[in-house]
Amino acid sequence: MDALTLSRLQFAVTAAFHFIFVPLTLGLSMLVAFMETRYVRTGDETWLRMTRFWGKLFLINFALGVVTGITMEFQFGMNWAEYSKYVGDIFGAPLAIEATAAFFLESTFIGIWIFGWDKISKKAHAVSIWLVAVATNLSALWILLANGWMQKPVGYVLRNNRAEMVDFGAMLTNPYGWLKFGHTVLSGYVVAAFFVMGIAAWHIIRRNEIDLFKRSFRLAAGFGLASSILVFIVGDFHAAIVAQSQPAKFAAMESVWETQKSVPYNMLVVPDVEGERNSVSAAGVPGLLSFFAFHDSDAEIRGLKSFPKDERPPVLATFLSFRSMLVLGIAFMAISLAAYLIARKDGLESSPNLLRVMPWLIPLPYLACQLGWLVAEVGRQPWIVYGVFKTSDGVSKAISSGQVWASLIGFTLFYGFLGFVDIYLLTKHSRKGPDGILPATARIA
Amino acid sequence: MEFQIIWFVLWGVLWAVYFMLDGFDFGTGMVHKFIARNEVEKRTVIGTLGPVWDGNEVWLLTAGGATFAAFPTTYALMFSYLYTPLLLILFSLILRGVALELRNKEEGEAWRRNWDAALVVGSFLPTLLFGVAFGNIFQGLPMDAGGYHGNLFTLLNPYGLLTGALFLLLFLVHGSVWIAFKTGGDISARSSALAEKLWNPLLAVAVVFLAFTAFATKLYDNFLGNPAWMAVPVLAVLGLVGTRVFLAMGESLKAFYSSALTILMVVFTGVIGLYPNLIPSSIDPAHSLTIFNSSSSPYTLKIMTAVALTFVPIVIGYQIWTYRIFRHKVTPEDTMKSGALY
Ligand code: HDD
Ligand code: HEM
Ligand code: HEM
Repeated sequence: MDALTLSRLQFAVTAAFHFIFVPLTLGLSMLVAFMETRYVRTGDETWLRMTRFWGKLFLINFALGVVTGITMEFQFGMNWAEYSKYVGDIFGAPLAIEATAAFFLESTFIGIWIFGWDKISKKAHAVSIWLVAVATNLSALWILLANGWMQKPVGYVLRNNRAEMVDFGAMLTNPYGWLKFGHTVLSGYVVAAFFVMGIAAWHIIRRNEIDLFKRSFRLAAGFGLASSILVFIVGDFHAAIVAQSQPAKFAAMESVWETQKSVPYNMLVVPDVEGERNSVSAAGVPGLLSFFAFHDSDAEIRGLKSFPKDERPPVLATFLSFRSMLVLGIAFMAISLAAYLIARKDGLESSPNLLRVMPWLIPLPYLACQLGWLVAEVGRQPWIVYGVFKTSDGVSKAISSGQVWASLIGFTLFYGFLGFVDIYLLTKHSRKGPDGILPATARIA
Repeated sequence: MEFQIIWFVLWGVLWAVYFMLDGFDFGTGMVHKFIARNEVEKRTVIGTLGPVWDGNEVWLLTAGGATFAAFPTTYALMFSYLYTPLLLILFSLILRGVALELRNKEEGEAWRRNWDAALVVGSFLPTLLFGVAFGNIFQGLPMDAGGYHGNLFTLLNPYGLLTGALFLLLFLVHGSVWIAFKTGGDISARSSALAEKLWNPLLAVAVVFLAFTAFATKLYDNFLGNPAWMAVPVLAVLGLVGTRVFLAMGESLKAFYSSALTILMVVFTGVIGLYPNLIPSSIDPAHSLTIFNSSSSPYTLKIMTAVALTFVPIVIGYQIWTYRIFRHKVTPEDTMKSGALY
């Protein structure tokens, strides 16, 4: 394989790995901050113990998010030097702002939060975890404005052999970036909600710290319900902006081959990429896809065939990832609604089936996030900056395939090891309750 | 003043502050095994880094991000030319971060011993490699119209290695002095003694470095052209002497400020000597990367200047506040008590 293919693989591996930790950080920081605020407001020790228990899991995850982020910051230059030269005038700015405005804030205040329990007032301590939560969400904003610019370039001119910024405001207000931000952050909240519900359910079923874990469950169920509904709504708007600004990606997401008006939404689709058609498309709702794309059921959608073959993204991967994300998204709304209703009626202990499945659902929102990024990034191919610059032109000239082989293997092994350590520690500390004691083996029902 | 010059200054400041701050993290990471005699002492020594190391590391991310935003061509070429050493730095930084955060997340002798070893490696390698990389940047990289003509082994030339050794000793002393001032009792006395012992080789290497620089690089040209700048290397030397003097007087905080000054001024000396280059070419000066031929557009630089002038002072403000919150000495009793989350 050449340096280009390897670099793409390496970017996918390192970005996907970073994004295992990011969503939980985004959501759990909010939940922990909320818990500590409740403690400061009410003086109720249970909220404090919740803060500490979930806070510990948060920190383990956070550490991995931080160290895998370092790679992200540097690999644009290492592997994508031509890209960096070409768009650095624009793309570098949000990355630099992210570091100065967000990373400093979170890294400094997380230190204060961990070590400052008896050094600053209770209020200041709660404020510091809020600052961490706000800063992690801020860092997502800046990186997603950067990514939003790659998806829908705005506010630039091509000049001096590169893209130069002429309108910073346009980048700041790029609707693509903001939708991406809303959708991604909310998806992180869904991840955190299912994470907390799953672990809390595991303890409730073992009759361990019932009060504390029921409270955690209830909080997470409400958070999860709200976020999964919002992630769906924002996702719909997001899909619409994709249809407008990246028609080839949208056609691949839905496997639409022919340009048509008033396109139905087919529940069952089996793409036939060789034959440039769908071998099965059934159970259609008339006009619904046109409605999703342009919020107008008569609108015309451009089919894949209207793009030259070398400007079409990989259809199957984009299509399957998008469909699966959608199915998962609908499932999350249903599950969190059920969980919320049961928790609100204080029916958790008499619903052993729910408690038994919740821990197994923890991986699903993570999966949905990864699938979403596959849609976003694979669907953008062959462009690295949509319509402006091709991925194949972006790779560094100075690196050899041998070098990238070595780094790719290195990252895979090293990250594999870190992933193993992370899962080990999270499992261990989740099983131990707030006092570091494993629950007894008695179970509900 | 032109924006390129402002950004050149900022670029130098970001690197200098990064080395001054993460320098003591690296130093502490390297020497902790030699200073602490048991687990409680080890936790105490490593605990001095707990609240601050991540905030220190972000100076590196900011230096990287600022290079990207202000001098994208330099960001692109520097990082792709130095691919392998940077990769090793990345792996080491990851290892260091994980070691610091995870060593206390599990009981067990073997678990801790392995992470402690990881901490030493993850602190040693970046120190050495940053030194080698900057030594080579001071000399210039072999680059011309055909691209880059070096590899990992051409970087390991005498001047590169000498700069690596200089960084190692600077950070070893800096870290030891940090521990001396942040802890008390035996631990402090031991690290202060270690710093004094390491100071002699540091002085020797510094003298050789200053002399060798005259032959291996063009850094002194700017100083000859404008002798007022000589104040900077002179301050570096004063800081070095001050470190030794204050150590002997038992004034570990002043010794720490002195060694911080040395590191800042060593980096500034290099940066001033480079001007207007960011990376000179050692084979074809026409292909040096300068602040003028590798910078962003004036528009971007203007916006980034506004951003930097707004946020960097705020950051400095709350980071100083953090150091003040944690200004007390870290004691073994304290460490064992406040371990609840860590
Ligand atoms: C819990 C996670 C989760 C869930 C349930 C959903 N998504 Fe999503 N989706 C993401 C997590 C995610 C993500 C990881 O956050 C992505 C990757 C890039 C982005 O902006 O967000 C994403 C990307 C993404 C994209 C591609 C953006 C682009 O090309 O730039 C679209 C069109 C949607 N989503 C639409 C939806 C719709 C209509 C959903 C309805 C259920 C949905 N997503 C559920
Ligand atoms: C938000 C910031 C992000 C930016 C700026 C970004 C940018 C890039 C770049 C430069 C590439 C290399 C060129 C290519 O092959 O497409 C790429 C590819 C890729 N990225 Fe991202 N990415 C971001 C986030 C992510 C995340 C979080 C994920 C992971 C879940 C991800 C998944 C991928 C994948 C899978 C590829 C490979 C696509 C392919 O080769 O077909 N990206 N992205
Ligand atoms: C592809 C481009 C990306 C780059 C260059 C990048 C860079 C980084 C870096 C350097 C860190 C460590 C910060 C520290 O030391 O404190 C980090 C962590 C983090 N990143 Fe990313 N990241 C990328 C993708 C993403 C995406 C897509 C998101 C969110 C949607 C995100 C959100 C976060 C969060 C929340 C953390 C948690 C820990 C922290 O920031 O300290 N990042 N990232």
